Amino acid sequence: MNDSHYCPHTPEEIQEMLSAIGVASVEELFSPIPSELRAKTFNLPPGLSEFETFDKMKSIAADNGGGMSAFVGGGFYDHIIPAAVDHLSGRAEFYTAYTPYQPECSQGTLQALFEYQTAICRLTGMGVSNASLYDGGTACAEAAMMALRITGRNKIIVDGCVNPFSRQVLKTYLYNLDVEVVEIAPLDGLLNREELAGMLDESVAAVLVQNPNFFGCVDDFTALAQQVHALDALLIASVYPISLGLLATPGEMGVDITVGDGQSLGNPLSFGGPSFGFIAAKKAHIRNMPGRIIGETVDKQGRRGFVLTLQAREQHIKRHKATSNICSNQGLCALRGLIFLSAIGRQGLVDMARMNRDKAEYAKAQLVSIPGVTVLQSAATFNEFTIFLPKPADGVVAELLKKDIIAGVPLGQYYQGSENCLVVTVTEKRSRKEIDRLVRELEVAVCN
Amino acid sequence: MQLIYEQSVNGRRGVRLPVSDVPAAAELPENLLRRQSAALPEVSELDLVRHFTNLSRRNYSLDTNFYPLGSCTMKYNAKVLENAAALFAPFHPMTALLPGGVEFCQGSLGMLYDLGQMLADITGMDEVTTQPLAGAHGEMTGILLIAAYHAARGNKSKKKYVVVPDSSHGTNPASASIAGYEIITVPTASYGDMDIELFKKAMNDEVAAVMMTCPNTLGLFNPHIKEISDIAHSHDALMYYDGANLNAIMGKVKPGDVGFDVIHVNLHKTFGTPHGGGGPGAGPVGVKRELIPFLPQPRIVMNDAGQFLLEDQKAGSIGRTANFFGNFSVMAKAYAYIIMLGREGLIQVSEQAVLNANYIKERLKAYYDLPYDMTCMHECVFSASKQLEHGVHAIDVAKFLIDKGYHPPTVYFPLIVKEAIMIEPTETESKATLDAFIDVMIEAAMTAETNPQLLHDAPVTTPVGRLDETKAAREQNVCCIG
Amino acid sequence: MAEMYFTKEHEWIKVTGATGKVGISEHAAHELGDITFVELPKIGKTVKQFDVLAAIESVKAASDIFAPLSGKVLAVNEDLDTTPETVNESAEEKAWMVELEISDSAELKNLMTQDQYNEFLKTL
Repeated sequence: MNDSHYCPHTPEEIQEMLSAIGVASVEELFSPIPSELRAKTFNLPPGLSEFETFDKMKSIAADNGGGMSAFVGGGFYDHIIPAAVDHLSGRAEFYTAYTPYQPECSQGTLQALFEYQTAICRLTGMGVSNASLYDGGTACAEAAMMALRITGRNKIIVDGCVNPFSRQVLKTYLYNLDVEVVEIAPLDGLLNREELAGMLDESVAAVLVQNPNFFGCVDDFTALAQQVHALDALLIASVYPISLGLLATPGEMGVDITVGDGQSLGNPLSFGGPSFGFIAAKKAHIRNMPGRIIGETVDKQGRRGFVLTLQAREQHIKRHKATSNICSNQGLCALRGLIFLSAIGRQGLVDMARMNRDKAEYAKAQLVSIPGVTVLQSAATFNEFTIFLPKPADGVVAELLKKDIIAGVPLGQYYQGSENCLVVTVTEKRSRKEIDRLVRELEVAVCN
Repeated sequence: MQLIYEQSVNGRRGVRLPVSDVPAAAELPENLLRRQSAALPEVSELDLVRHFTNLSRRNYSLDTNFYPLGSCTMKYNAKVLENAAALFAPFHPMTALLPGGVEFCQGSLGMLYDLGQMLADITGMDEVTTQPLAGAHGEMTGILLIAAYHAARGNKSKKKYVVVPDSSHGTNPASASIAGYEIITVPTASYGDMDIELFKKAMNDEVAAVMMTCPNTLGLFNPHIKEISDIAHSHDALMYYDGANLNAIMGKVKPGDVGFDVIHVNLHKTFGTPHGGGGPGAGPVGVKRELIPFLPQPRIVMNDAGQFLLEDQKAGSIGRTANFFGNFSVMAKAYAYIIMLGREGLIQVSEQAVLNANYIKERLKAYYDLPYDMTCMHECVFSASKQLEHGVHAIDVAKFLIDKGYHPPTVYFPLIVKEAIMIEPTETESKATLDAFIDVMIEAAMTAETNPQLLHDAPVTTPVGRLDETKAAREQNVCCIG
Repeated sequence: MAEMYFTKEHEWIKVTGATGKVGISEHAAHELGDITFVELPKIGKTVKQFDVLAAIESVKAASDIFAPLSGKVLAVNEDLDTTPETVNESAEEKAWMVELEISDSAELKNLMTQDQYNEFLKTL
């Protein structure tokens, strides 16, 4: 038993250790397990060398096919990732560390996460951020549960323009609780404010909206925040962090809890993860925040240091009364987010956001020049927009996939009666040439 | 060290973006624009690299220090796993959800499917979902599956409680509570496991599930586990297995064989994926056949032609637990780990993990109180009660270890052991490393008697000494507003 | 002169006529360590004897505070929001947490007097 990977003992060492323990064999150490409970089968294949393993992984990745020109979002976005992000987050001192429970030997992670919390607060205009949640959908769910705790009420109103996957995650989280989740069907790709007004009363804990929303529409929720606050309810907004290079912040609009998916900040698409969820709130709500929070303090000599703080909210102390069950979060992905934001910097984020919008507007103008294609015009958009095709979008998207173009998200599956609608995303990574090719191929597909 | 914001200089640029190749768009209406750009760092790329490189050097990590952190399975993170996961970086998850899209995701979907099959074999379950994003997320998913199971049998309102032993991870009661259940806690008996008589008294037909860690957080395998699951099943309660300690038993026991119905697995513990300074992990959940209809959607299935498809929006499912397919690149690493080690390799992992833990336990028990003195599995729990006679607490021993270049063991957990010191060496550490660690632990015990002040003052070799946690909690400086 | 009574969970109540102020004992404050937060109930809340009334946190622990008597919350000590350390400095004087309108003074029989509580502490 000595040719396996990463088990370093020689047979002689194993013998020495067994003698020190006072047993004759390793098998004897498993004697507390009653023999009738022992595994009867174990059918995994024999092991491979490192070289063979990597080769197999390469062939699996190759089964996905080649590079695609992605005009698709749906919560994950294909953005530039500066090389420094991989190299710095790839330092073993960061990625092979554990949760910073021992602050003296974890100041690297702790300070970085404090800087991350600061970045999220500055980006969103909120007063307090935690050190990350799992993803955008679970962040929506945690925000809703936070609002239920703060208000002591049990109804959540969800704008149907919120990402459908996030809405599904929210419903799953609340599945077995005595909580009512009400969805409002979109009106022209926007929150149906009239319908909402009819539903708002003092039983509502929070209203959840998204900006830009799933249709790509950009909205101003300032008046909505006032309306919600008049009932002592909370406004939760899910936002796309890159858009905040340009768009009004949740803080400016009076939002109480801001959430979102941090993938676009320096995390690769990686077939859906890991990314990170962020959650930020008005400072008054800090004790109701889920998850880990880093705080600044000093040691006995007055040197600045950082610790996990307000841990009494968390599961390892408060157990079933904790604000959330979250323990492991997505710390390394949050670190990537911080490094990304630091690398492109203050003006860089503005420029990047602007370039996203410029390219999307260019694509929009080209696409509507195709006969029969029109665009949803109810609101301004950022880097995603909804177009109406003269035929069902499903077939068009399937056609373009064969030409290595992911043309967007057809809405029919998510909104009844929207079979001809397609949401197209254009990030700064898509060149004019790629956009022109999308337009050409889409024209071929819709005209056939 | 300065914060990166404190190094910012107004107008300094870092990484350059490409020049736009399209015309500028018309400006958005003013009410939709932010009034001022976000005060993000303004540093050069070299300043950025130095800042984060120097920050990283203020961390202990597995690659730099022995990390015997009980309950966390800090085993070596093989470098090839990182390379393997990077192969999947460009693939957009939405592709699989588009019409005709699965054809372009056969590699990714197939890998998730195969990983599920392998984890099912390891755990003795019938099907595994890879969607949950961490251990606690897996717990919540598992408890929701159990809730759905009871609801489908018309027992939604009848089932109110989840039973946990008092030695459980805090996530267990927290996850069950968030999933809508009240908690019944059963004390640990003198033999180190949940008190079976008190357990019998606690059980009734309103119990939905019993959550167990086996081996438990004392590192002990519960010989009554089959009896416990039989009792639970007799009340139509399901057995939930917290897979945090799976590293002890691979190929030796399958939780599914001893009566467990639902399990989560921590890929970042047992299957060698890095912890990332607190995440990301991954918490796949395995279930017995009768719970398959409730699994999260989209569910990856294989058709007769061997093609991988997605089953979505199926009635009965608890729905989505994450936006896409889980922490995919973590799964790619775990998959590579399992195929690389293979059957014999995984058995050896558990054997040497158990060997290493027992070796430490035997060598240290003369110096530290061992409240449950018996053969342990992959970890052992001491108490610093002997040291306390000299005014030295577990935390002081922990801080002394930092000065000696070791990450401390888990201290003050499990809560049922006073001044607990929980050591999990894992299988990847050499005898020389274990011996050196044992020597330092003995030195700490000696120093507790001769010079306790030295332990109280530790650590002195780190960038900061012990920090004022009360000040942090009272002042709540959690970000610097610019 | 107000009479002081104690619970086995280390809460005290100082009874003045039909009302009483509630806090935790010096012993409890010492055991908890540096207090970082006191979660106070809403004014007007009604509680039964030994129900959860408030909560208290130190760096590494969180505990519930139980109502020594049934009643209605008349006032809370808002100073504790900004200076929770008062609990460590003056647990049985300045750090009162809640003022209750007592609904059933017969419940006093379930509480300990100062002397009884002192004896009780010796048994711990």
